[in-house]
Amino acid sequence: MQRYDAIIIGAGHNGLVCAARLARAGRRVLVLEAADQPGGLAARHEFHPGFRACPAHTAAHFSARIATDLGLSGGALPTAPRLVGLASDGAHVVVENGAVTGVGAEDADAFRELDALLDRFAATLEPFWGRTIPRIGGPRLADKLPFAQLGFALRRLGRERLHEFLRIAALPARDLLDERFEHPLLKATLGWDGLVGSRMAPRSPNGAVLAMLYRRGRQAWAPSKLIDALVATATSAGAELRTGTRVTRVLVEGAADGIAATGVELADGEQLRADSVVSSADPQTTFLRLVGVRHLDVGFTNRIRRLRAGGLVAKLHLALAEAPRFTGLDSPAGRLLTAPTMDAIEFAFDDAKYGGVAAQPVLEVAVPSLDDASLAPAGQHVLSAHVMYVPHALEGGWTDAARDAIAERAIDVLERHAPGLRRSIVAREFLAPPDIEARHGVAGGHWHHGDFAMDQLLMMRPTYDAAQYRTPLPGLWLCGAGCHPAGDLTGLAGDNAARELLR
Amino acid sequence: MNATDPYAGERLLLSPFHPRQQAYNLRDAWGAWNGYKFADHYYDAEYEYFCIRNQCGTYDICPMQKYEIRGRDAAAMLNRMVTRDVSRIGIDRVAYTVWCTDEGRVIDDGTIFRLAEDRFMLNCGSPCTAWLRQSAYGFADVEVRDVSDSLAGLSLQGPTSCAVLKRMGLTGIEQAKPFEIRHFPFAGTTLRVSRTGFTGDLGYELWIAREQALELWDALYAAGADYGIQPYGEAATNMARLEAGFIMPFMDFTEAFKTVRFEHDQTPFELGLGWLVDFDMPHFSGRAALLEERRRGPAWTLARLDIEGNWPADGSIVYDSEACRKDIGYVTSAMWSPAVKANIALAMLRSEHLRGPIWVEIYKSKDLRPYRRMARASLRKGPFWAPPRARQTPPSDH
Ligand SMILES: Cc1cc2nc3c(=O)[nH]c(=O)nc-3n(C[C@H](O)[C@H](O)[C@H](O)COP(=O)(O)OP(=O)(O)OC[C@H]3O[C@@H](n4cnc5c(N)ncnc54)[C@H](O)[C@@H]3O)c2cc1C
Repeated sequence: MQRYDAIIIGAGHNGLVCAARLARAGRRVLVLEAADQPGGLAARHEFHPGFRACPAHTAAHFSARIATDLGLSGGALPTAPRLVGLASDGAHVVVENGAVTGVGAEDADAFRELDALLDRFAATLEPFWGRTIPRIGGPRLADKLPFAQLGFALRRLGRERLHEFLRIAALPARDLLDERFEHPLLKATLGWDGLVGSRMAPRSPNGAVLAMLYRRGRQAWAPSKLIDALVATATSAGAELRTGTRVTRVLVEGAADGIAATGVELADGEQLRADSVVSSADPQTTFLRLVGVRHLDVGFTNRIRRLRAGGLVAKLHLALAEAPRFTGLDSPAGRLLTAPTMDAIEFAFDDAKYGGVAAQPVLEVAVPSLDDASLAPAGQHVLSAHVMYVPHALEGGWTDAARDAIAERAIDVLERHAPGLRRSIVAREFLAPPDIEARHGVAGGHWHHGDFAMDQLLMMRPTYDAAQYRTPLPGLWLCGAGCHPAGDLTGLAGDNAARELLR
Repeated sequence: MNATDPYAGERLLLSPFHPRQQAYNLRDAWGAWNGYKFADHYYDAEYEYFCIRNQCGTYDICPMQKYEIRGRDAAAMLNRMVTRDVSRIGIDRVAYTVWCTDEGRVIDDGTIFRLAEDRFMLNCGSPCTAWLRQSAYGFADVEVRDVSDSLAGLSLQGPTSCAVLKRMGLTGIEQAKPFEIRHFPFAGTTLRVSRTGFTGDLGYELWIAREQALELWDALYAAGADYGIQPYGEAATNMARLEAGFIMPFMDFTEAFKTVRFEHDQTPFELGLGWLVDFDMPHFSGRAALLEERRRGPAWTLARLDIEGNWPADGSIVYDSEACRKDIGYVTSAMWSPAVKANIALAMLRSEHLRGPIWVEIYKSKDLRPYRRMARASLRKGPFWAPPRARQTPPSDH
């Protein structure tokens, strides 16, 4: 029987990064992916003949270091996609290449100042996203080193900036932005990256500023091209990839010194063995479904069970007969936001947190077919929108009528900014969080496989005892977005996990 | 809210045996246990203690927490929760066990009754609902029901206990071996009798639906009249259990979730309960931590001490020398044992000092004046008191 050094569950981008690293280190690696396409939440799905889309529509912050290490080729974008705060009258705010247009001089100055400060903070944190955060109180010197180094790095910011960092680290996005800016649309636009994908709105204290810092710099890709490049590099390094192959359980066997994960079982009953089983599925799926609670301690299980992983982002995919034309915008390139004010975001969240759907959803829109023409027939386009906030557990339950109602609301919003868009719609797909959960196998359909929040970050991600990619079940490892640092198409979790596996 | 009693919700609950027990409680010596009004003693603690040792007595275990756990996955669920192999408990048998946190710290101890292939009863001193629910999460077919208030329990302990039950008409009860369960028809329902207890002596525990509690009491006391039956309270229990070497929560250990400082909890190895930890099971909650604990050896050991002299050593600090050079632990429970005729104690000692000299610093007050004495202590192996009659089947007639 074929025996592998590592079986990786899931060919999301983190599974692929991990596979590529292990394979390049000479390990025999098998990647098993339930879906027919690799890529996970960035896997293309044909929702109408000739039109393809995936939940993640931009990869603005993929690790450049990983791209170099793995020799990824096939097209990083020259710059990060611009961020556009859409105004229905065309007076947009555009953030691009470290500058903002569409606002007054004072706001523009204030932007430069904040941008430089956040750059500095982000540079300080960057090395720590890309390494294992050890457990607190661990016995080895190596366990203490990163904390000392982090302390050191923060000290190097200088006294004033250090104080500012500590002051704002857990601040609500709103407080940070109200302190510095006047223009309502600018504030809504700048706060977006602190919030998207999280259970947070502008007034929520917690991880918004950290999310803003996490989402800076690195390298931009078209998600589809990133996945293609990762598949190519992993398979050419010798990793075997099987799509359409669902793992139904992790095999756990007892030995004198306890139990260990020894392989996986597939839907057809086939069993495959490996020294390490590495899961890029989210922690709840991995532990509660694939491993099963009977192989885990009670307290640990409880911490996994109570991870907050209800997604709040729905997807609207439109097949368009032509490129959309947004009022006052030269091209639909970039990430376009339909959030006029921070209040608009807050109100949308208020509706969702009680199980309702935002009366005025706020959207992040992209047209992925601009960067990857293969996603739509020639001359036609795919529009992708993240619709916030849409609860996983909708009051009254999810029905087709509920989906249609929200999709219509979102299209109304788009039509306001791009008159005539509705007429060019050839087909549409709407995915509520449970639909994303079902299609992509991610608990809650959550962007990050579990909230990006203080208590679920760093050495607490997903929970202590499993935060260093190793789990309490010997032989089982995690490598997905549910681990440090978090989600988004950064590749960091998969890379960190591979490093631990190779130690 | 109760219109006539604004404090209704705050008042202690009354055990179904209360109407009878109240009549016996000459001293009105009530305390509380799990929200129930509970006798510390009825007349005199020492008198009650001697009843247990020489005749028989009843102890109200209604306030004990009782959970029924049933379903196809009940055995698997319990097996993961506790440190013993539940699959090896036969039907109608009882096993004493502990359950631990992931870190291998004792949450509580208790007994598991196996009533059927897929049906168990777990008894313990403190409410355990939250941990049971967490432990049951993820098992498809297991139901946990708190039957603490609906199932009445009465412990009957002492050398004449079997004779009383026979007199009461429980034919064949003398054949029940220690830790065995028998069922008898009684008052239109079923009386469950287990040969278990907390005194180290011959004894049984009787379990019946709350509604039939008083009928059971009356039948038992009618049968026991010639056998010196007498209710006993917390104080006498505490004496008897100490002689038997049983540990008591909040005296000899603190339940893991209830310590003020988190490192003040204990592992089964520290409590001398390593024999309950079955490493033949490939997994149970806390196993990895306990394996490590066994490898490393426990930092503390709950030791049984025989202390010279006759001053009970309650609350004493234990030293390595008469000159108190180094404190090596503390006494958790102590008494002058009438049955053993010795000054006994349980003490939590730092394991590395177990082989050296052990000195106990005892204070005693006479007419409000404190006197101090350093007493030499030696380690005892096994229970202080374990009479053959406790295990004999059938027990001898009286
Ligand atoms: C609606 C939405 C929009 C998003 N938009 C963006 C965006 O625009 N930009 C961005 O950077 N990030 C975005 N994200 C976040 C990003 O997509 C994820 O954080 C990222 O894809 C996580 O990568 P991963 O490899 O860890 O996991 P995933 O991409 O989730 O991959 C896990 C893989 O494991 C597979 N799997 C699970 N269980 C099994 C099993 N039993 N057997 C076999 N395979 C299994 C799944 O099929 C999946 O392919 C978005 C997320 C969501 C939900």
